[in-house]
Amino acid sequence: MRTFTGIDLGSTTTKAVMLDEDGQILGRGITNSRSNYDLAATIAKAEAHVSARFRLLSRELEKTEPAATLEKFLTLIEVEFRRQQSLEQLRLLADATARECEHPRVARIKDALIERVAALVEHMIQAEAKPAPLMVVKEEKKTSDFFRDRAASQYSRLAETHADARVTFDDLMSIFDKAIIRVENTELKESFQDLMLRALSKVSARFDETTAQRHRTAVQRALDIELLNGGVIGTGYGRQRLPFPKQDIRSEILCHGLGAHHQFPATRTVLDIGGQDTKAIQVDDRGIVTSFQMNDRCAAGCGRYLGYIADEMSLGVHELGPIAMQSERRVKISSTCTVFAGAELRDRLSNGQRREDILAGLHRAIILRAMSLLARSGGVLDEFTFTGGVANNEAAVTALRQLVDENYGARTVNISAGSIYTGALGAALFSLRAAHEQAAA
Amino acid sequence: MTTVDKEPSMVKQKEMIGAHFDRLSTARDDGKKVVYTFVPGNLTELLLSFDVLPVYPEINALQSAMRKKSGDFITEAERLGHSEDVCTYVKCDIGMKHKGNIGPTGQVLPKPDLLLLSYTGCFTFLKWFELLREEYQCPVVLLHTPYQADGEITPSMREYMIKQIKSEVIPALEKLTGRAFDEDRLRELLKLSARAEDDMVSVLQSAKHRPSPIDAYFGGVYYIGPMFTAFRGTQGAVDYYSLLRDEVEGRVARGEGPITPDGPMTTEKYRLVVEGPPNWTDFREFWKMFSDEGAVVVASTYTKVGGVYDFGFRHDPHDPLGTLADYCMGVYTNRSLPQRVSMLEHYVREYGADGVLVNSVKSCNSFSAGQLVMLREVEKRTGIAGGFIETDLVDARYFSAANVKNRIESYLQMIQQKRGGHAQEARP
Repeated sequence: MRTFTGIDLGSTTTKAVMLDEDGQILGRGITNSRSNYDLAATIAKAEAHVSARFRLLSRELEKTEPAATLEKFLTLIEVEFRRQQSLEQLRLLADATARECEHPRVARIKDALIERVAALVEHMIQAEAKPAPLMVVKEEKKTSDFFRDRAASQYSRLAETHADARVTFDDLMSIFDKAIIRVENTELKESFQDLMLRALSKVSARFDETTAQRHRTAVQRALDIELLNGGVIGTGYGRQRLPFPKQDIRSEILCHGLGAHHQFPATRTVLDIGGQDTKAIQVDDRGIVTSFQMNDRCAAGCGRYLGYIADEMSLGVHELGPIAMQSERRVKISSTCTVFAGAELRDRLSNGQRREDILAGLHRAIILRAMSLLARSGGVLDEFTFTGGVANNEAAVTALRQLVDENYGARTVNISAGSIYTGALGAALFSLRAAHEQAAA
Repeated sequence: MTTVDKEPSMVKQKEMIGAHFDRLSTARDDGKKVVYTFVPGNLTELLLSFDVLPVYPEINALQSAMRKKSGDFITEAERLGHSEDVCTYVKCDIGMKHKGNIGPTGQVLPKPDLLLLSYTGCFTFLKWFELLREEYQCPVVLLHTPYQADGEITPSMREYMIKQIKSEVIPALEKLTGRAFDEDRLRELLKLSARAEDDMVSVLQSAKHRPSPIDAYFGGVYYIGPMFTAFRGTQGAVDYYSLLRDEVEGRVARGEGPITPDGPMTTEKYRLVVEGPPNWTDFREFWKMFSDEGAVVVASTYTKVGGVYDFGFRHDPHDPLGTLADYCMGVYTNRSLPQRVSMLEHYVREYGADGVLVNSVKSCNSFSAGQLVMLREVEKRTGIAGGFIETDLVDARYFSAANVKNRIESYLQMIQQKRGGHAQEARP
């Protein structure tokens, strides 16, 4: 089977989308962007590849399995697969932390540190290796996709109990902070097939033998499908750094336009709020961009702004929206300057304003800035599609719906669950299109 | 541009400019009077008829930026109390003055004996010379240029201008130089102007060829240099434009594209019309963002700020003061928004352009106001794709290379997609 991949190298995250020859999404992958763009692209692509295999497996299972057991099996096998993957990463973390303990900077506590860190990471490995009941499994699927985030929260929790006067919490964390970069920059050695078969052997015990046999057959069939690379197109802020020839690189503006059109064919206006830029795009009935506006050199009011706010409040960025939604009296905020965000926030908190009301004001300020770009690009036409990471933020979406309604009247506002992948999807569609054109020529 | 790429006209231009700054550096010793004035609506022939030496502060500012000096000058001006929002040409000029008034050739520029405020369409110009009047303690003579608000020059506007030239400007120059106005000398100079103007128009219009032998924006700013500054009305300018025209005609005959920072452009992929001044701090990098993509600018409005010649206007030696009035009121920045839209539309059609791109500069509200509205109208009339980027004239802090490059590339890909390069929807 030929596949077509789009990679969107954003300033915060790198996304990959893999399509089959019919333009159906096979797989998606996401990872943190990092200074090593090649590696971020490789990892996102590998993740998309993994999710494509699961999609193929699901297609195989649909032929034989009743819906109820199908879902159960798929959930179990995926979690087990991820667990096997995590275990490999944790073993890498064990090696990397051990190496960091050799650093001269921690020489005075070296022996104690080695012992604590080893015990701590071993604890994480043991916890990860423990098979979980299905309810827990379902919960696990909801947590962050990034190994870094999951490992960091677990490690820091354990570090608190492993720290004492001699080896402090900060000592332990500094080892982790260095080691995790090493882990993130290492590709996993075990193949998809090895991890999958190991996961399968663990899961099979939960089913009767006849069912397990059917599962084994389906897994084998899915593994036997050869995935041939039909083309890769890169986009996003870091696209120039991708090791691709020029013709395989597209502007993210075109990709977001086409991706949004593919998800919602009646789309005429697209708003994308990414990490460091905001784009207002108008597209025609074929998804072709007819006009666009984006923020100038100042990235005020982009996704990164929310990141700073979250840091200032010691919150995760995904927590901001839900808190803002609790506001009853929105604070009026005009400035979206990222540099002054912290000062503005502290100032208002010290004035006694409530956190949720300030956050509601900040979300509205971001959207107000986007509204100006939308106006300059040609307005908000029907239908209107919101893409990018910020589209997952409930408070931002609420503010956007309100302002669109106030300024342009009733509009259908589309937000896809996979909005963060829109650029990568557009890039994959360009890749597929290029292949069709080549075939026609 | 590298030395190997230099054509004889470029060498000649450099010599002409060098000689002018030499004259300026010895002006005091030579007993020459110096007049500072602006590019739009400049009265260069009249100044030269009095044998005074003109200095153009805008040109000094942009030259400082190209030599990476403007940042220091702007900082100096801000230290003196000029805010971040003030036009960066003004701050660059004032900062330069306070840092020794070293001109683009490394020579010290003479102080002005007179400030000739020849164009008032830019309100900042008034303030700029008000500041310079304080700095230099010298007189200002003001020529109030009526704006073409209704899209035309009426007889009364023309009379008003002639009257001011006669009763304000000429007496000021007579007083400065101690000599009487010599109308015959002015006629001679205007005759030379018209000859050079013919050749310059031919050069700019050569961009109608495919491939275009010139870049009418990035290359264009070099081509307009002598005409818009101290050389209009001189034999030097006549010779320069004749030489340039021959070179360009040679390139047309050989089917060659323009010369870019990386040498001759071999494949012309996009033909653009550009509205707005260029960025000077990163001029070369900015140009490369276009030339690397095979984009050539076939017509630009910025190359009309010191005079709109391609719709037939020439300086007329038979009506010396009337022609100066027409010239001053006809410059691009003095034209109404509908006139500017019509010009852009004309360029798109006449030069077979694929797109119109606006470079909106932070410093210049009198240029930028209305640009997006103009762009939408041109898009509507011509059906071609419009693009919009934001930079500044001489303040590098307002030039984000990554952002500008991203927008230019996106815009060019949009043009390609729109013209059917990839017009088919991907889904089968």
